[in-house]
Amino acid sequence: MTAAPHDPAGELFELANRGRSRSRRRRDGGEAIIKVVLAGCAAFSVLITALIIAILAYEAARFFMDVSVVEFLTGTEWSPLLGEEKRFGVWPLVAGTLLVTLVAAIFALPTGLVTAVFLSEYAPAWLRAILKPVLEVLAGIPTVVYGFFALLVINPSLQWVAKVFTGEELFGSYSAGAAGIAVGIMILPIVTSLSEDALRSVPRGLRDGAYALGSTRFDTSVRVVIPGALGGIMASYLLAITRAIGETMIVALAAGGLAQLTVLPWRQVQTMTAYMVQIFLGDAPATGVEFKSSFAVAALLFLMTLLLTLAGYRILARFREEYE
Amino acid sequence: MSDERTPNLPELVERGEPRSQSRRRAFDRGFLITCLAITAIAVLALGVLLGSILIEGLPGLRWSFFTEYASRDPAKAGIRAPLWGSIWVASICAIVALPIGIATAVWLEEFAPKNRITGFIRLNISNLAGVPSIVYGILGLTLFVRMFGLFGPIQAPELEIGGRLYAIYYDTMQEPIRVPAAERGVAPELKTGDIGYVQEIEETPDGDLIFTDRWTPVTLTIVPEDADAPEGYGIIEAWQAEEPADFEIERPWYYVQFPFGQSVLAGGLTLMLVVLPIVIISSQEALRAVPGSLRTGSLAMGATKWQTTRKVTLPASIPMIMTGSILAMSRAIGEAAPILVLGVALFITDTPSSLMDSFTVLPMQIYNWTSRWQEDFRALAATGIIVLLMVLLAFNAIAVLIRQKLQRPLS
Amino acid sequence: MTTSSPADAGPVVDAPARLAPYAATDQVAVIETMTTTPPAPTTDASAPAPESKVCIRAHDFNSWYGDFHALHDIALDVPTNQVTAFIGPSGCGKSTLLRWFNRMNDTIPSARAEGTLDLQGTDLLSSRYDVVDLRRRVGMVFQKPNPFPKSIFDNIAYGPRLHRSYTRSDLAELVEQSLRRAAIWDEVKDRLNQSALGLSGGQQQRLCIARAIAVGPEVLLMDEPCSALDPRSTAAIEDLIRDLRHQYTIVIVTHNMQQAARVSDRTAFFYEGRLVESDETERIFTTPAHRETEDYVSGRFG
Repeated sequence: MTAAPHDPAGELFELANRGRSRSRRRRDGGEAIIKVVLAGCAAFSVLITALIIAILAYEAARFFMDVSVVEFLTGTEWSPLLGEEKRFGVWPLVAGTLLVTLVAAIFALPTGLVTAVFLSEYAPAWLRAILKPVLEVLAGIPTVVYGFFALLVINPSLQWVAKVFTGEELFGSYSAGAAGIAVGIMILPIVTSLSEDALRSVPRGLRDGAYALGSTRFDTSVRVVIPGALGGIMASYLLAITRAIGETMIVALAAGGLAQLTVLPWRQVQTMTAYMVQIFLGDAPATGVEFKSSFAVAALLFLMTLLLTLAGYRILARFREEYE
Repeated sequence: MSDERTPNLPELVERGEPRSQSRRRAFDRGFLITCLAITAIAVLALGVLLGSILIEGLPGLRWSFFTEYASRDPAKAGIRAPLWGSIWVASICAIVALPIGIATAVWLEEFAPKNRITGFIRLNISNLAGVPSIVYGILGLTLFVRMFGLFGPIQAPELEIGGRLYAIYYDTMQEPIRVPAAERGVAPELKTGDIGYVQEIEETPDGDLIFTDRWTPVTLTIVPEDADAPEGYGIIEAWQAEEPADFEIERPWYYVQFPFGQSVLAGGLTLMLVVLPIVIISSQEALRAVPGSLRTGSLAMGATKWQTTRKVTLPASIPMIMTGSILAMSRAIGEAAPILVLGVALFITDTPSSLMDSFTVLPMQIYNWTSRWQEDFRALAATGIIVLLMVLLAFNAIAVLIRQKLQRPLS
Repeated sequence: MTTSSPADAGPVVDAPARLAPYAATDQVAVIETMTTTPPAPTTDASAPAPESKVCIRAHDFNSWYGDFHALHDIALDVPTNQVTAFIGPSGCGKSTLLRWFNRMNDTIPSARAEGTLDLQGTDLLSSRYDVVDLRRRVGMVFQKPNPFPKSIFDNIAYGPRLHRSYTRSDLAELVEQSLRRAAIWDEVKDRLNQSALGLSGGQQQRLCIARAIAVGPEVLLMDEPCSALDPRSTAAIEDLIRDLRHQYTIVIVTHNMQQAARVSDRTAFFYEGRLVESDETERIFTTPAHRETEDYVSGRFG
């Protein structure tokens, strides 16, 4: 009796077909529902932005019923809590924010880029393995910690330094400079991390080409790699500045509470965010004009960060299309 | 191609003044040293930061620090309330933010068509990532704490689910008595013989008398206003019986009130707003890291997009998603500004036991202590910072462990 | 580099005037010319017979990547102002050897070499020799064109600016001549300020060649320069190589045997890290001395 020929393919086919086939209609129907649910979650993020804009616009409008927009945007005195003569010129707050951000940027942007170049072009693998986790840890430190550091270490140090070098008591207990340095330390990991990503994404062929022409490592890093990564570096700068502008706890603790229009880093300033903290922590009644003023300040702050984010987006897109 | 008039290439090359090789080498060396120095400064800054905190805060790190509540006396203060508040708030935040964020990332990466609307959504998420956290506080204040005023003021919520309302009266012994009430502001009609409830008192080992959570029923006796009203538990003078001194809600853990007020739920939801863009972006990166060949392989076998996502793409990206989510949560724990805007009281001496309880978080307490003038409070703040950093370090360690243990090569 | 007549042959003690600025550094060695051999017959009869002085000399040369012994006992003379082709199957070490000629392997931490490797008598492997100056003298063109994300002008000007300072007009003239010499001037002369990344693949590779010769090297190394290009661009570049060879010593690594036959004067065949045979191209392809060579060039393996 001849045995049936061994047919592994046929056996496999039979086994595969033993399972109960799923209803395609049910599967497609379920799929459609899933898609709707997922899209709904994505729409939620749009809803959040819409709510922010709506709420800020509404509350700011209510504020501007009591205070003129012109005074708000052009006035140079901000004294909402002093008795009768309330002034609502927002420039001292904006100047305070910008001064702190400027100090932070001067500290963090060059330092971050240099550190990123070191990590990307010079550091051996073992050193990079140590420094990258250190950066990640730095990036995760809550801002209150930096606020503590600014108030209790940086500011006294600045006071001592000023005393030694100028013989004067330049720094008080609070200063824009101390807060600015702390904000700078806070944004340093952002700049370094993102810039390093940008530098490392420059293709290896470019470096090879530069070295083959007789470049030193300095030449290659500065004349070829950095320009090649410029888009990413700019984006990292903008992101860091956006974080610096929106920073609240450090400035609330260390920058001071006096809203004055100044460019001197040893004076105390009140930033937009610190003013909002003052109002929300205080006893101002919710219907009072002081309380409403914090919403107007918040609206301005939101506008500033929105513009910065959009600018960053545009710059990244433009660099991408130029050099792709 | 050398011409008589046009000089050939080597001659053109040599027209330039040669640069000094030693100077170029010096520049290279100098740049390396500068890089090293600056990197060292950055590391040094971190060291000084941590060192100063450790010096100030380590002495205060005793066991009682974790079990005591805040107090006006620095020596007795502890972080029990903020610690548990942070745990509650972070849990709520995670439960809400992670599903929505991961789902959004899945939709953006796997299902979304390439048109202007989805481009707008991506831009929008980038923008949300840059919004200052204090603005999210304002959103949370209006949306969750006050709920646009649609449910009345915070102190007198219009919609309450699950709670039992009591009216409070004082008897002639000056003890508070709770009587069930139907509606806030409307006094229940008291008659002699009704049942009221008094709080039991017990004595602590130190000899203090404290209120317990247990209530004993007591029969009420309403006496007319009289100078000779006898003293006794449950004896209420008529004029007092007409108007309760206060109303109180007993809140089991499932109690919910609208508007949420300054509750743990509001805090968790507000933090969810802060953290959502981060979760979305990091989940997007996790999904992008899955090689396309895995997806096309699955689709080629006849799987639908969702089946592919559920069974192939998502499992492959889980380690990175988990890492990103843990890091997003650690960011949430460190946020103080949004909680502050919600109007949370600064002196909380209880840990939350229901969603509607008031709370405080670690960064808030640290902020509070730091802004005091007394030296002792600053040391307390440093100790609090150490605890906060330990919690964050634990989170980071878990994330790294997950990355190492679960990450398998995907191609 | 101008070709010198046989009358100039003989040991030279002082560095020629053109290298005077560099003579101050302690890395410049005495330039030695080797004794001449009768000029080898070239494939192009009309070209003047080049002097076969030796430009690059390898002797007892070994190299490793970590523990992997990549090149075994290489002994090879690369003649001046001729095109030498390195051929052989994948992984035979031809690219590795090429990259040692301008010490590009220094960028790979695990790479090391022992033995003798001379450029015009100067020891390349010596740690005292300035790698930066070596790469000025020995240029390289890579397999994948790698123009910088800069303008075309800045791409060409990058190299010269590194080593010398030029007046603006001199630099412009240098850039123009380099682009002419690389047979791409007419295509780009109106868009010197536009990004080099807008050029086609073949154009980009010619740009890279222009960039390399703008520095004034003695040697041009080419690592499979046409393998990423279409046939037309390949033909253009092969023409360019033939045109350039009397001014530069060219070493070209190629997978394409026909290309080696078309373009080179001498060919060296490598197999598994060893130099099997090195001779005039015509002889390698018609009457090779080794069995492996014959098997490879006739396509029996590859």
